[in-house]
Amino acid sequence: MDFTLTPDQDAFRQRVRTWLEANIPDDWTKFGLSEVPRPEAYAFLRKWQATLYDAGFIGVTWPKEYGGQGLTFVEEMILHQEMALQKSPPMLNVLGVGMAGPTIIAYGTEEQKKRYPAKILSCEEIWCQGYSEPNAGSDLASLQTRAVKDGEHWVINGQKVWTSLAHIADWMMLLARTDPDAPKHKGITYFLLDMKTPGVTVKPLKQLTGDAEFNEVFFDNVRVHESRVLGGVNNGWAVGLTTLMYERLALGFGLQVRLRISVDQLVDMARRMEKNGRSATKDPVMRQKLAQLWIDTESLKYTGARAVTRLLKGELPGPEASAGKMMWVETHQRLQELAMEIQGPYSQLARGAAAAVDGGLWQYSFLRSRANSIEGGTTEIQKNIIGERVLGLPKG
Amino acid sequence: MDFGFNADQEMLRATARKFFENECTSEFVRARMAEDGGFTEEFWTKLAEQGWLGLVYPEQYGGAGLGFVDLTVLMEEMGRVVMPGPFFSTLLLGGLTILEAGSDAQKKDWLTRIAEGQARVSLAWTEPSARWDAAGVTTTAVPSGGGFTLSGTKLFVPDAHVAHALVVVARTGDAGEDGISLFVVPTNAKGVSITLLPTMDQTRKLCEVKLDHVAVPASALLGAKDGGWQPLSRVVQRATVALCAEMCGGAQKVLDMTTEYAKIRIAFGKPIGSYQGVKHKAADMLVEVENAKSLTYYAAWAVDENVPEAALAASMAKAYASDAFRKVAGAGIQLHGGIGFTWEHDLHLYFKRAKSSEFTFGDATYHRERVAQLIDL
Repeated sequence: MDFTLTPDQDAFRQRVRTWLEANIPDDWTKFGLSEVPRPEAYAFLRKWQATLYDAGFIGVTWPKEYGGQGLTFVEEMILHQEMALQKSPPMLNVLGVGMAGPTIIAYGTEEQKKRYPAKILSCEEIWCQGYSEPNAGSDLASLQTRAVKDGEHWVINGQKVWTSLAHIADWMMLLARTDPDAPKHKGITYFLLDMKTPGVTVKPLKQLTGDAEFNEVFFDNVRVHESRVLGGVNNGWAVGLTTLMYERLALGFGLQVRLRISVDQLVDMARRMEKNGRSATKDPVMRQKLAQLWIDTESLKYTGARAVTRLLKGELPGPEASAGKMMWVETHQRLQELAMEIQGPYSQLARGAAAAVDGGLWQYSFLRSRANSIEGGTTEIQKNIIGERVLGLPKG
Repeated sequence: MDFGFNADQEMLRATARKFFENECTSEFVRARMAEDGGFTEEFWTKLAEQGWLGLVYPEQYGGAGLGFVDLTVLMEEMGRVVMPGPFFSTLLLGGLTILEAGSDAQKKDWLTRIAEGQARVSLAWTEPSARWDAAGVTTTAVPSGGGFTLSGTKLFVPDAHVAHALVVVARTGDAGEDGISLFVVPTNAKGVSITLLPTMDQTRKLCEVKLDHVAVPASALLGAKDGGWQPLSRVVQRATVALCAEMCGGAQKVLDMTTEYAKIRIAFGKPIGSYQGVKHKAADMLVEVENAKSLTYYAAWAVDENVPEAALAASMAKAYASDAFRKVAGAGIQLHGGIGFTWEHDLHLYFKRAKSSEFTFGDATYHRERVAQLIDL
């Protein structure tokens, strides 16, 4: 067990730190600090990600020939830790970088690997994930969107829902049924869909936050060339699961970082808020709750470090990796609840109210956090996965 | 960066697991629970032969010269079998205090014998006030005739009744941290009376120790007069981390037992583990166990390397593990149903150990406040 860095890794840390200090714009926090970018921040975040790419501080574990830096997960972790310390802005193309890119690198043809990943990192092309449907959420393999072969093309009809960023996305990771007669896991294919293809209609869905960050996407005879199948026809379930595995790994880093930033902001806010005539940070009950959040956030970091160690040794992620998402969700929702509790009656005031705390940003984050235990696999599904795949309990 | 155990540590784990499966069975533990002593000389000798009674002591004092990350592995395995006896109080309290504060001669004298299994030394620190801070130390040591005279009452002293000596924490100076000294006091010294207390966790023997004008020579003083608080704090910090490791081992064992039971216990025609009400609770248990381990392993590394964050790391680990072991042990009983509530089933041993461990060196509430102070809230 050794947490010390090699001289090279330490030099990398120093380089990241110096660069971030010089390059993070001072005023970006006006867009809010939550892990989910808000619409008014999109233009800024596009530019920010491009800047990161030019500096070589994104996709550091991806192979050099596909736009990455060819480094290890240690550098990836260092990068994220430094970003947390400097309160770096979130990544806009988070689904592309966290999921589409790694999956294409794992399953793509050489042509696909040359075509897509670099533009994902530079944020030239934003990706969304076309998995969930009105009748296939947690039970994803029941998806009904159909793809039928017609010459060199596949013709797609159906609908996706809860599709984050579809309204600004250039590409979609699309799962569609290509063999309706096969068992439900076996007849699915993974497509790379150009969102500008005729027949694709995106309808924003207004969420309980009031924002429209996700969408319904309709496919009406959408023609996709067979060269845009990823990982082989009827192999989409395996490819899609790989995507989800990367998502979980990315969560280990990225989300812990956003959480740490949020904890720091919460403490900062709590110092400014009064509880019973003193700073909320001096209230014994609030101190207990803040300390527990701190502990849980640190725990997530070390749990991530254990997962990285396994990866570096060439092992598969162990039980600690599966626990990551659930733990993050629970902690983040508790953090947002605590932010409201600390604000007391002020928690009722939203954006636009002069007396709102921090311009009402916390109210948005609080509402948005309700989705955390639903998106990317509900907490109930995560518990099934842990129970069945990690603990070996029988399926229901 | 490497946040895993090395090959030697994995080997230690395998050796320890096999050893305890043979030597520290449920029958053995229950027999020791029913007795006052809580251990057997035969078992103690075997621990010495394994080199575990001096695991973290330097080789020049008869120890194995290993660190707290190594010890973590051993403690987890001891926690798995709710090992009874004075191992913890001897290696990590009495002995470790002598290592931290003692002179070379004192270390040679005591640690060598501890490692060989010839001596057991506990720590008489806390008092009826049950405080963990320096103000809780009211036992006095007054200079007299070239030595000191100790008077006071110590409570919650582990294994004092089977110890050859106690390291007594006593006040020699002003109130606060700067007036505290440490003394090695033989348990057979005149004026020492030890009462074994009935405890909820029968695998942990606790005593009341009364010191009634106990005269000790100047050579009984460990380290500098009035300078005892700092070494004591270091000992407690390290012992806390070792305790967390033991708690992780116990919690993991409860999870293992519960998972196995959920696979074979049939209700409504199916294994109960197939029902989400059971499966999800088991998943929650796993999350608790894994987080407790992550924080504990980090804390073990931090105390080994003596990094500035070590105190924070130890408190984070104890805050988390205190809640986690209690919750996991409770959930284990719940998921076993009626059988889990019986004396016959081993679950109550873990449930009770979780409770005694929770309140040793401060519970979660105490350590969360420590964390709040250390992160400057």
